[in-house]
Amino acid sequence: MNLMINIDTSLIVNLAYIGASILFIVGLKLLGSPDTAKKGNLLSSSGMLLAVLVTLVDQSIIDFTWIIVGIISGGIVGYLAATKVQMTSMPEMVAIFNGFGGIASLLVGSAEFVGTSEINSALFFAIYLTVLIGGMTFTGSLVAYAKLSEIIGGRPTLYKGQQIVNSLLLLVVAAAGLEMIIFQEIFTSYEILLIVCGLAMLLGILFVIPIGGADMPVVIALLNSFSGLAACAAGFVIVNNVLIVAGALVGASGLILTNIMCKAMNRSLANVLFSGFGSVTESSSSESVDQGEVKPINASDAFLILEAASSVLIVPGYGMAVAQAQHSVRELGELLEANGTEVKYAIHPVAGRMPGHMNVLLAEANVSYDVLVEPDDVNPIMETVDVCMVIGANDVVNPDAKDNEGSPIYGMPIIEVDNSKTVFVLKRSMASGFAGIQNPLFFKQNSRMLFGDAKETVSALVAEFKG
Amino acid sequence: MEAQMILLLFILVLSIFLGVELITKVPSTLHTPLMSGANAISGITLVGALLSSGSGEFLTTILGTAAVFFATINVIGGYLVTNRMLGMFKKK
Repeated sequence: MNLMINIDTSLIVNLAYIGASILFIVGLKLLGSPDTAKKGNLLSSSGMLLAVLVTLVDQSIIDFTWIIVGIISGGIVGYLAATKVQMTSMPEMVAIFNGFGGIASLLVGSAEFVGTSEINSALFFAIYLTVLIGGMTFTGSLVAYAKLSEIIGGRPTLYKGQQIVNSLLLLVVAAAGLEMIIFQEIFTSYEILLIVCGLAMLLGILFVIPIGGADMPVVIALLNSFSGLAACAAGFVIVNNVLIVAGALVGASGLILTNIMCKAMNRSLANVLFSGFGSVTESSSSESVDQGEVKPINASDAFLILEAASSVLIVPGYGMAVAQAQHSVRELGELLEANGTEVKYAIHPVAGRMPGHMNVLLAEANVSYDVLVEPDDVNPIMETVDVCMVIGANDVVNPDAKDNEGSPIYGMPIIEVDNSKTVFVLKRSMASGFAGIQNPLFFKQNSRMLFGDAKETVSALVAEFKG
Repeated sequence: MEAQMILLLFILVLSIFLGVELITKVPSTLHTPLMSGANAISGITLVGALLSSGSGEFLTTILGTAAVFFATINVIGGYLVTNRMLGMFKKK
């Protein structure tokens, strides 16, 4: 009789896991289109609820006390983080959440390792991978978080012999893996677990430290993928299909985003990860030829040009996020439209600090998503645009990417604002952008510089329109 | 054990292909919600965490409970913030 009940529960649990997997798959599919995305997120979250609920009826759970403690405390933190975070801080939030996913998988793998008494190479291999990927994701995400929230500098940290140190570290990691999986001779199981954890975390730090702020969209997408792969590896540890399916879906979606980001910069993933982009270019900027004078303009003159324009293209970048200017920008856009001007927003895939960063900010400010266009849509008709307003963007509008073969960003697809009739560049000062590269756009005949804080400048233009 | 691992590997390979086919075409508008929504799904590791946390063994319980804590942040925070973001995307 007792056996009967056991079989039934395990059957129900497994069927429910299949149901949860289906909900994840359909949910993720619906998340790919703006009209259905909200429903997709709801489906995926009900899949999660289903998976958690049936796990709680599992026979092997003896004591619920600590489960309740963990869920309530984690739930409170998650709820507060999700409801209080500013949209401008979304990259940091996504980064740290990736890290939490990683550490959770590391802990699950570790718990299984200390809990098992058998020696089983296949299981130990899965635990090794879980701890390794989870630990790397955790510290890598913490470094990304620190860079994004400017706790540490955004510039790439490079030192002599970096590649050698990294290669040696990888060898040590592999050796520790062999000891953990096969030999178990030199260290006790606790020691080797701690060693692998430590190495994984060190690897995560060394992996993100050399990557500059402007490359963060790639790093966040990649860490997103890793957090899924860590869950996937944990699925092998506890022999659970739903972890493998869900983890693999996340891993795949993160890799696709990573690929989209790399393509948008015309660079390979290896180049992003290992080249320390932006650190070497400073020296070359001093040798650059004199490119002429920049032409500043004040708000009232800019207003006159905007008022007469029949089409305006707004090109936002990280500077708009820093200045929190998205609401003023939307207001200006509405005033222009009321004045009979056609207003569009051109969003470069790597503008900002994470994939889709600008889209989220503009959505927060109530800009309709059907006036957002991608570079491929707008570049062919750029000659017909009267005014391009570049707000806190730099590298994604740098003409060197198509004209100057010596430039580090040569070949990167850009928004070709220099082909429009007039370009306004809103910029705090003439200091170079995050990538530290000179931008000849500022010196072009049709460029006008609007110096100052982006929010103040846009507000001044808004005031001109109203007054 | 080996047969079981092969089966799991089989599922893994199919899921990755499924994931790639599923997500290839995502408009850039949805890149951030896709990431945070996917991140919430990676909190599925909570399933493993629950089993460890409720095992009754001292060390396993400690590690498992910490895992439950972090995975729950991921799940609750991830889904809520995705929902909040998606609520902002509007078409006129």
